[in-house]
Amino acid sequence: MAAAAPVTTFATAGGATLSPDHYVDVAYEEKLRLWDEVKADPRFPDYLYGCYECGICVAACPSAKFYNFSPRKIAQAAAREDVELIFEQMNDDVWNCSQCFSCNRCPRQNSPGGLITILREVAVNNGLASSKAALEGYTRIVYKIMTTGTQVSPDMLQADAFPDWGPGVMEVSDNLELWRKALPPETLHTTSMSWQVDDKTLTELYLIWHYTGVMDLIAEVDEGLHMIILDVMEETLEEAGFEI
Amino acid sequence: MTSIIPIESLRMKPRPDPANAPTIDIRETLFELEAAGELIVHRVPEPYVEVMTKYGRTKRIPEQMTWHHKSCGQCGHIPGYSTSIFWLNRKLGFDYVDPTDQTSCTAWNYYASATSNAAAQAGVAMRNFAAAHEVGYYPLIHCGTSYGHYKEVREEIVHHADLRAQVRDIMGKLGKELVMPEEIVHYSEWVHAMRHRFAELQVYDLSNVTASVHPACHYYKLVQEDAIYDPDLYGGERTATVSALVEALGATVGDYSTFFDCCGFGFRHILVERDFSRSFATMRKIEVIKEEANPDVVLTHDTGCVTTLDKSQFAAQAHQRNVGIPVMSDAQFAALAMGAHPYKVCQLHWHTTDYTALLEKMGIDWEKAWIEFEMDVARIERGEIEYLSWEDAGV
Ligand code: SF4
Ligand code: SF4
Repeated sequence: MAAAAPVTTFATAGGATLSPDHYVDVAYEEKLRLWDEVKADPRFPDYLYGCYECGICVAACPSAKFYNFSPRKIAQAAAREDVELIFEQMNDDVWNCSQCFSCNRCPRQNSPGGLITILREVAVNNGLASSKAALEGYTRIVYKIMTTGTQVSPDMLQADAFPDWGPGVMEVSDNLELWRKALPPETLHTTSMSWQVDDKTLTELYLIWHYTGVMDLIAEVDEGLHMIILDVMEETLEEAGFEI
Repeated sequence: MTSIIPIESLRMKPRPDPANAPTIDIRETLFELEAAGELIVHRVPEPYVEVMTKYGRTKRIPEQMTWHHKSCGQCGHIPGYSTSIFWLNRKLGFDYVDPTDQTSCTAWNYYASATSNAAAQAGVAMRNFAAAHEVGYYPLIHCGTSYGHYKEVREEIVHHADLRAQVRDIMGKLGKELVMPEEIVHYSEWVHAMRHRFAELQVYDLSNVTASVHPACHYYKLVQEDAIYDPDLYGGERTATVSALVEALGATVGDYSTFFDCCGFGFRHILVERDFSRSFATMRKIEVIKEEANPDVVLTHDTGCVTTLDKSQFAAQAHQRNVGIPVMSDAQFAALAMGAHPYKVCQLHWHTTDYTALLEKMGIDWEKAWIEFEMDVARIERGEIEYLSWEDAGV
């Protein structure tokens, strides 16, 4: 049986002190295990040196202007090793970050954005429900980048995907084949990839995904996506003489 | 109220002394690692241009023999961006490679979804660097995020022996060596280094054009010491990249108060939570720029920034927001000034916000140019030509 979690309190933006009322069903040990995973990342010591609570990172942060989100709180929770709050942030806050690294302005040389990169990675690696929810609608991007080596293909420009970008998107999609041929660089005549990538290059990319455990990570987040990606890779790798 | 801060008021600050730099010079560590047999350092080929970086150090920018590490967002959605970079190289008669042995840095996805890890990201970077080294051309990074991310990767490879060994082992399995470029160079640094040569080839007078600059976060906020600064521009307080080009081409830099703010791209937000991107881009950047500097164009030097600042204005216009400034890259702007075709080269029909007033102010007959482009497209459609060639684009 899990030991009782220490009572953790934290201040809200309005100054009231609350006890976290959600994620109580997750055992403290589990939250601690995830936090230990964050700290074990070799980049962690370079991203956190303590915190002055000066708020410079918040002033620089775009996400703090539109969300209930604060890089200072992220750095503070990590510096205090507030395991409960960190778990909450790992679920509720980290996906608001724009990963712009404006917070690298920190006078303490922290990188709250870098901490968030690690927190997200641990969340994804451990298949947290919140990370799965955050990645919903993102599957095709992951599929595209992992299988073609390029992320933003011309054929993604569809009017229904970008209705807020105006009628120009439809014009591009209607003329896509012709307009891609009307590009002087010969590597750019593609529609389903950003540029032409050699098969040998793709083989090498697929091997990197396998050798570094990214395929296992994808299986953790989305089993269906994992199967589809594996299927695409298998043929290329087999042709190149590699067994998965 | 217009408040163009006179750049002269910030001039004449002394050059920072690299001896007082708060960071180590990572190039020295790279050469030590090379001497210890840990990796190969890919030297910047001669001739190169020396520029000053944030802490007063000197950075070498190769003129040519460059391996163009393309950007997926540029090539995919704003292809006039990449095309203009190549056009500028050809205009100067430079030797370069546009490789097919290149993958994206995959960092857009990484910063958006975290569905990767440090070793994989380093593996992707080092595979691309090895590919450039194999053919003897020097990596020139088109994307600001690739550039920033690769600088982070370099820090990690240098400072973490375990990661270095892991990635070297992976490269070995791919039949490649562990190669790190002596300098990680962004294309906008090359544009910066070449700006006076561009000015010599300029065909349009830009003295009546005002351009506001949005600097890309991943260019100068990630591993800050590598970005170009100039005591004569913004007193060395802000990166000089792009702004120095505007001055060299004889246009006016329109300053504004939210220079440091990001564009709102957000990596995942631009794809799945775009209300944030749109709000930030219009309310914190475009509207402020219009109110304070009212420029003819916003120039930036990264994929995500051009996309977000340009595309976000469409919906904002529907809400009667004070927007409506064309957005493009420094490379497209320089190419236009040098007589590049606005559609065959700069491919402005892929952009959203109306740019025709800018072209008219520059003296470019965009209506005639569009007819020329459509005639070429018709030739492709009729099968008379398969593709538009560089010859068709005038280089
Ligand atoms: S990286 Fe994230 S936390 Fe840091 S300033 Fe950008 S949005 Fe804010
Ligand atoms: S800028 Fe740095 S020291 Fe200041 S609150 Fe943010 S993390 Fe803490």
